[in-house]
This record gives sequence, structure tokens and C-alpha cells, in this order.
Amino acid sequence: MRSFLAFVRKEFYHILRDTRTLLIILGMPIAQVLIFGYAVTNEFRNAPIAVIDQSHDELSRELINEITATGYFNLIEQPPTTDQLDALFRSGDVKLGIIIPPNFEEDFFRQKLTSLQLVADGSDPNYATTLINYSTQIIGSFQQRYAGGPARYQIGVETQLVYNPLLINAYNFIPGVVAIILLLISAMMTSLTIAKEKEMGTMDLLLVSPLSPVTIILGKVTPYVFLAMINAIIILVMGYFIFEVPVVGSLVLLFAFCLLYVLTALSLGIFISTKAASQQAAMMGSLFTLLMPSMLLSGFIFPIDSMPWPLQQISKIIPATYFIELLKGVMLKGLGREFLWQPAVVLAGMTIVLLLLSWVNFKVRTK
Amino acid sequence: MNGIEVENISKSFGDTLALDALSFKVAQGERFGLLGPDGAGKSTLFKILTTLLLPDAGRATVAGWDIDKDFKEIRRHVGYMPGKFSLYQDLSVSENLNFFATIFGTTIKANYHLIKPIYEQIEPFRDRRAGALSGGMKQKLALCCALIHQPKVLFLDEPTTGVDAVSRDEFWAMLAQLKDAGITILVSTPYMDEAERCERVALLQTGKILALDRPQTIVGNFTEPLWAIRADNYYQLLLDLRKAPFSQRVEVFGEFLHLTARPATTGEEITTYAEHCGHGNILLKPAEATIEDVFLALM
Repeated sequence: MRSFLAFVRKEFYHILRDTRTLLIILGMPIAQVLIFGYAVTNEFRNAPIAVIDQSHDELSRELINEITATGYFNLIEQPPTTDQLDALFRSGDVKLGIIIPPNFEEDFFRQKLTSLQLVADGSDPNYATTLINYSTQIIGSFQQRYAGGPARYQIGVETQLVYNPLLINAYNFIPGVVAIILLLISAMMTSLTIAKEKEMGTMDLLLVSPLSPVTIILGKVTPYVFLAMINAIIILVMGYFIFEVPVVGSLVLLFAFCLLYVLTALSLGIFISTKAASQQAAMMGSLFTLLMPSMLLSGFIFPIDSMPWPLQQISKIIPATYFIELLKGVMLKGLGREFLWQPAVVLAGMTIVLLLLSWVNFKVRTK
Repeated sequence: MNGIEVENISKSFGDTLALDALSFKVAQGERFGLLGPDGAGKSTLFKILTTLLLPDAGRATVAGWDIDKDFKEIRRHVGYMPGKFSLYQDLSVSENLNFFATIFGTTIKANYHLIKPIYEQIEPFRDRRAGALSGGMKQKLALCCALIHQPKVLFLDEPTTGVDAVSRDEFWAMLAQLKDAGITILVSTPYMDEAERCERVALLQTGKILALDRPQTIVGNFTEPLWAIRADNYYQLLLDLRKAPFSQRVEVFGEFLHLTARPATTGEEITTYAEHCGHGNILLKPAEATIEDVFLALM
């Protein structure tokens, strides 16, 4: 026990004295949250749009006012012809064009069919779809108001998005960032620090000592459990105060799941380090086998349901997939243990298998 | 009981045979030197005896324990100083020493008497990071760390490589002091002149022992006539002497060439030959054999 504590203390010295790495470890979650929160987002404000008003009557002006008043759109120019709209799309100055046909008001009030044309820049499909949806919604409610209620045989659709009614992006990326950062610290940093002992030759000295392999491994990873949990707290607090991401469910359960995931990631890191002889090998190993798949295939960035079958299978062996499910369950849906035991059991199972594999692979002798 | 017993140990890496059926014994408390150039197999032997590596064939014991079966006991009771400086560079002198004392379940205080003469020299730098120490200081700290748990056997793999002459001398003096503690020491070095600091030495070359005895005996067994010679054109003299009918071996040895001549060759014969080849300022004198001469003769 005394030697274990001495080991942990030594490990803390390594971490605290390597200021550059420490800054990266503590700065990374903050940077990631801010980047995902402000730069990588599907939400939009002040989207540049152009309106071609071929009618120039009372109603068309009302509609234009209605659209610009929402704050989502920024009317940049009123080109008289469709040719000029093309040029604006080409230069990228406009993302959405609304074309109001001649005799708009007249057609509308005579109950004749009138139609608007929406043109969006499809080179960014997600953005285009969002713009079309927003503008269709605004036009729809505008129509209802002026037509005096819905028309007789019209089906009025009211959508409601549960758990995230305003479609706030942060509800998705905060759990995702927690999953990535914890993986980075737990798996990558531990595999790096163990590989470093091998590279520096100090692993030989540790092996030629009464320390058991279990003490060596536990001593190395314990400080990283602390670091990982501190980072989890930083991200969740930032999410709560800056992006107003709530924690509907139990905080205790939330941290229990974080700890479970940290343990899974640590055992992954330990497993990688039993295979990697150098820091570089450990780095490459964790970047390509962990980080990339966890970002892309865990449901953090792309929804799993829309992936082709083989990728869906891969997503099933990625710990982050289950952790994100747990986090969203607790934070957004307020689910309890009875609903979340399944992904939790999967994570626990992965941890045990990885630890057993590392146990088999740990070399009490070197090469 | 012997400190170390090695019986027919062999080890190869791929096609390279690093150790070729090596056998020797080191008495308890003996200071035993392994001499040999880089690639002779010294480090491989150290790794096998410290249980970091298993041999392909043969068996060995350290302080009576088998290197395969009892590896845990051996790890508890030996001190190992690898060839490459392997302490924590970002930890201070005293932190390193404390750490190694603690993982061996002891304290600096308990075994201070063992390391005192060495530690006193690095004590002024006790708060300095190990990475910022000079080469000689690093070696002294590494020795302290290897000694702090009072090992039965001490393995020092090239402890004086890359260390200045004065520090090397001090280092050997410290090892001599450890004799009183009854610690068996196996030490390797590529420097032939350090052989005399050991009680017995083994000359190692490509995994084989060429000679094994007390250094004086090894040198004493060298009976061929040995001459030291130099002239104005050093390199041309080397080439000419190698072609001379009376020469067995000519080796570069500082400012002189060491010429091992065939028996019954006179000094006059050599001088005449050199003059005949057109050399000026010839200086010839009989030379005392060193371990290096023996080694080169055996190779």
C-alpha cells in the first residue's frame, strides 16, 4: 500500500511538472466545448437571404417584414431579376432566395392558388434544409393568419420535439464532448504514460522490484481517473452555465456512469499500452482505433440509425456509443437505473474483457 | 553459495546469436567484471540475470535463486543499473531516491550507511531534477537508487560509459568500498583499463568468453614479446610493420604502436626493418602487456 501511494505521488509529479501536457489536458475540454458550441453548429442566425418581389403589393411587403422580423434571416439585397440572384448564389453572398410571383395579393385573396418559390444553396445540404424548413414554417403561419384560420380540408400539422423542444445543439454536443475528452484522457494519456516508462527504460527498473504488475498499472492510472473526472465536471458545468444544458436526472447516477466510462477507457488505454512499445505507437494506436471512430460512429456527429449496416455494427463495439446513450438518458430524459442498466452492463462487460486481455498481455519480462 | 552461477546460457535474437553457451560463477561478495566491446552480449546477459529476459537455453541462479522459477525473489533482492540512464528525469535527486526506497519497502534512513559515501557527493543537488545532473552525478544517483534496498547482488551495466575520467575513478573507488557490505557485484565496461578494478574479469566477444581470471593473471599469461614503437609517419609505419616477416600483430595504442613479434625477434631487427622502409625518428622500447593487448590477441 505504501509503495502504491508512493507510485501515485510520483505519477502526480510527472503530470504536474509537465506543464504543457497539463495545459492541454485542462484546456482541451474548454476549447472543445467552445468550438462545438459556437463554431460547429446547425443553429443559425442572420442567414443572408435575397427576396425577388415581383408583386410589390401590400401583402408581399407584409410577408417580407414577417420573415426578416424573426432575426434568423438577414435580407441583404432585393435583386429585381432572377439572373442577379444566380450571381449572388455563385458568390456565396446569399444562402436562400425567396421569389414572390406577380399579382401575389390578388391571387391570395381571391382564394386562387398562389405559390412562392424558395431557392436554397444546396452545396451545404444540412444548412439548406434547415433554412427551407424555417422559412416554410414562417410562411405557413403567415398564410393561416391572413386566410383567417386553416382552410377547410387542410391537415394542420403541429410538431413537438420532446427532450429538446428548441432543437438546441448543445444538448447533443455536450454529452459528445464529455465522451471524447474522457476517452482522450483516460485511454490516450494512460497508454502514452505507460509507453513512456518503456521508452525511457524505467519500466525495466519497475519490473526488477517487488512491485506487482497490478500495482504498477493501478499506480499509473489512478491520477488519470482524477483528471478525467475533473474534466467531466468542467464540461458539464460549462454546458449548464453557458449553453443551459440541464441535468434532469440524478447527479449521482451521472457521475457513476462517468466513472464507469472512465474505467472502460482506462482499460482500453492499458490494453493499447501492452501492445505498444513506444509513445508514438501508443499515440497512433489510440488516435486511429479510438478517437476517430468515437467521434464519427458513436452517434455524436452522425446519427447511428442512418448509417449503413457494417458501420452500425462497428458503432456497437465503441464504448462512447453506450456512454452517450447513458449521458443523454440521465441529463435530458431524466431516466433512472431501471431504464439504463443495459448500456451500463455493456460498458462494464467491455471493461472486464479489456482488463483480462491486458492481464494476459502484460509482459513481466521485456524483449 | 555463489552470488551468480551461469550454466550454458544461450540467447539469440532472430539470426543473431547474442550469447553462446556462456558459463561462469561469481563468488558471493566478489566484484566481477565483464569486459567486451559493444555488441559482445553484455547487456543481454544483464537482462537475463535480472530476470527481464528468458534465455533460449541453459540455466542460471542469482543469490541461489533460479532466474526462471524464482524471478520474484530475485527482483526483490537485486539492484540493477541499466546501461542507459533510467531514472525519472523530472523528479529531483531526493524524490528519485525516496521513490526507489519506498517501492522496495524500505527507507533512505534504514540503509543510509550503504549509500553515505556516494550520496554525500550528490547531496548538495538533492532538489535538482535528475535530468539536469551531469553524467557523473547521474551515475552516482543511479548507483544510490540501485543500492538503497541493500541488495544481495548488484548489476551495473556499463556504469562508467559517458562519464569523465575523474568521475570514473571515483565510481570504482565507491564500488571497492562496497566490498565490506558483502554485496556481489557484476559490472560491465567497454574500457579495458578498468579491468584491474575488478577482482576477476571475463573477456566477452560475440557472446563467448575468451578469457576469465584475475586481471593480473590474464596479463601474466601473455608471454609473447611486445614492443612499443613510433616514428614520424605513424600510419605508414603501421602499414609497413604489418607486412614485416617478424610481426604477428600490430595495433594502434595511443602515441605508440604495439607490435607483437614472433619469439626471438630482436629490437635491432625491427629498427633495421623500419629504417629500411625509410622511417625517421624511430623510437622502440619493450612494452608491458595490458588487458587490451590480451583481448586483441585473443580476438
